[in-house]
Amino acid sequence: MIKKSFIGLVKPRLQYNLIPDQIRDLPVPSKVILLLKEPENGGRASALKVGDAVKTGQRLSAAPDSDEYVISSVTGTISAMAPHVGTLGQRYTAITIDAGSQDEWDDSFNKTPTLDTGLKFFEYAPGSPSFKAFADPENTLRTIVIAGMDQDLLLTANQCVVQNEAAGIKSGIDALKQMTGADRILIAVPENLVQQANTTGAEVKVVRATYPNSLPHMIMKDVIGRVVSAGDTVEDEGVFFINAEAVAALGTAFETGRLCVTKVVTVAGKDGSTTNVRARIGTPIKDVLQACNVSLNDRDRLILGGPMRGAATYSEDLGLEPDTDGIVVQDDADSAQTTDYPCINCGECIRICPVKIPVNMLVRFLEARLYEDAAAMYDLHCCIECGLCSYVCVSRIPIFQYIKLGKYELSLIETAEAANE
Amino acid sequence: MSSQKKLVVAHAPYWHDGSKISTKNYHIMIAALPAVLMGISQYGAPALGVIAFAMACAMIWEVVWNLILKKPASVGDGSAAVTGLLLGMLMPATAPWWVIALGTLIAIIVAKQIFGGIGFNPLNPPLLALAMLVISFTGIFDFNESLRHYDLGFVMTYPLADLKAFGPDAISKFGLGDLFMGRQAGAIGSTFGLGLIVGGLYLMLRGHMRWEISLSFLAGVFITALLFNLSDSAKYAGPLFHLFTGYTLIAAFFLVPEDSSSPANFIPMLIFGAMAGMMTVLIRNIGAYVDGVVFAVLLMNLCNPLLDKIRPKAIGKVVENA
Repeated sequence: MIKKSFIGLVKPRLQYNLIPDQIRDLPVPSKVILLLKEPENGGRASALKVGDAVKTGQRLSAAPDSDEYVISSVTGTISAMAPHVGTLGQRYTAITIDAGSQDEWDDSFNKTPTLDTGLKFFEYAPGSPSFKAFADPENTLRTIVIAGMDQDLLLTANQCVVQNEAAGIKSGIDALKQMTGADRILIAVPENLVQQANTTGAEVKVVRATYPNSLPHMIMKDVIGRVVSAGDTVEDEGVFFINAEAVAALGTAFETGRLCVTKVVTVAGKDGSTTNVRARIGTPIKDVLQACNVSLNDRDRLILGGPMRGAATYSEDLGLEPDTDGIVVQDDADSAQTTDYPCINCGECIRICPVKIPVNMLVRFLEARLYEDAAAMYDLHCCIECGLCSYVCVSRIPIFQYIKLGKYELSLIETAEAANE
Repeated sequence: MSSQKKLVVAHAPYWHDGSKISTKNYHIMIAALPAVLMGISQYGAPALGVIAFAMACAMIWEVVWNLILKKPASVGDGSAAVTGLLLGMLMPATAPWWVIALGTLIAIIVAKQIFGGIGFNPLNPPLLALAMLVISFTGIFDFNESLRHYDLGFVMTYPLADLKAFGPDAISKFGLGDLFMGRQAGAIGSTFGLGLIVGGLYLMLRGHMRWEISLSFLAGVFITALLFNLSDSAKYAGPLFHLFTGYTLIAAFFLVPEDSSSPANFIPMLIFGAMAGMMTVLIRNIGAYVDGVVFAVLLMNLCNPLLDKIRPKAIGKVVENA
């Protein structure tokens, strides 16, 4: 945890981790757990059942025509299927696959780089690129930004990929161009990776190494020069963000004919030391931690993602998701405790907010559950969710949590209103 | 999926810069120490008594309020102690005990707790208490009268009272160096200019105080006093005299930048400080009161919610019909 500096007049500057550790390959785990999103109409997975044999790279979906699928990362048999509920109530089916001794590759993947292939095989690739944005006729996405820098502190998974797999990214970019028809492809990297990024053929843009400059909204503002309007996504501005790791996965898949079933993940232990490992998607987090010699005790925090934006989870039996860039273990004694003290109006949050939200007023409205007023008067939807306001809060108010809650409640209201019309 | 280990789940972010309300308040008390120690060394045990009693009373009122309303104890955050300390610093060493008890009652209960406690007070608690006391017990806060038995080896009349009564000719007996080094009559903790400035710089550098408000307040006092002085130097004292006398410096570093009752955006902070400084000199030069700081700051506290509406447009905000 980075503490306030002695000279507190200057803003705290949180630097990204810019020294990617070497990637260590983990052996194939004895079992993997994959989370298959349940279709919105609530239909259970009928096409899959316990005892089915699956091959590495096989596309598993609930029904043959379903859009939701996972890619099996091992060869073996399905040993369990159980319902699982995500943090915001999304419903999943947790598919446990017991791995056999040998990888047998599924051959349904064809090597034609079209959008359909992207939708059908790469939504579950490492980095979870959402090709659905291209399928949406309302968006015309002409620009693609490859994030060569991890969004959160400590993490270096994507930087590692840029450093070591520039060739893979290069062929991935070619595939991306054919799949999407985008004409401008940028790669956003920290200064020390410019050399590697230059070999990929994309337009190289340097991102400053202070948090939160690598968040998509900040890259849009600082690098592309377009400000995303409140409540809009970067896709609404015609820009598609994709992780460097996903591009490299595309490249390797089209070169070798095999889908990428591994994920690079930064593991940070209690002492702040980081290691990068490459593991099969779905590897139980327990196995990853063991391989990295990271101890986990009762009352510790197990954070999927980084320390500023990640999500603490309740179980180490969950599998490594394709969008899990980091696993951070935090000791009970080091964890930030929130309080229910009121805002004392010290103004630290206002000074640090990268989008100039009057957080002191916003949090008062959010605490009073006046979400609509918070959005109308105090710029709730401008928030880019960096978490810095909570980081500096003297009263230790869970401001970031209030903001996420406010946005979630408003989305529920909007959905209900849309349903009534 | 069952887990052997019981993990604690919480919302992001999982890091914090380690700041705390109590730390902040303890630092404010540390920063106030030089000025307080000077006051105690000048006026002796009575001054120590006033400061200690004011802090104790303020904390007791806070505890009593929490007990009556069955609220969680908040005395540990140091806010009540700071309020008591500052109120003590604003009083003469001869202040009777019941004035201190009453003053801290007003500061803690009336100015702070009935609005909802820390963070909700629209007015600066020590200043509101002081304003009520000054209006109610004029004699006690007339420093010429209350300190008449002291002779500390320098001019023992209250500089601002002399200025008000006899004009700038009467203040030539006060050397600026003497005023700056605390060799002047006044409240316990507000006369030692050097100590207050050192404490203020410490708070600014450590980031416990908003420097914008302090500096703009001082600039407001200086410029307004300078303009008055330039227009008629026979009638109005110079800007440095105004800076080093009365409550100017303690207000600049400890009272005006109080968190809850002052703005948090950049431009409002500058306006707030400058206007408070200007009002101070206006009251001193053409108003009825000897020292204008108290009422000037309270008046600006009332403008705070309006001032804080001046804010930068959030990035990404869409202004409709504009």
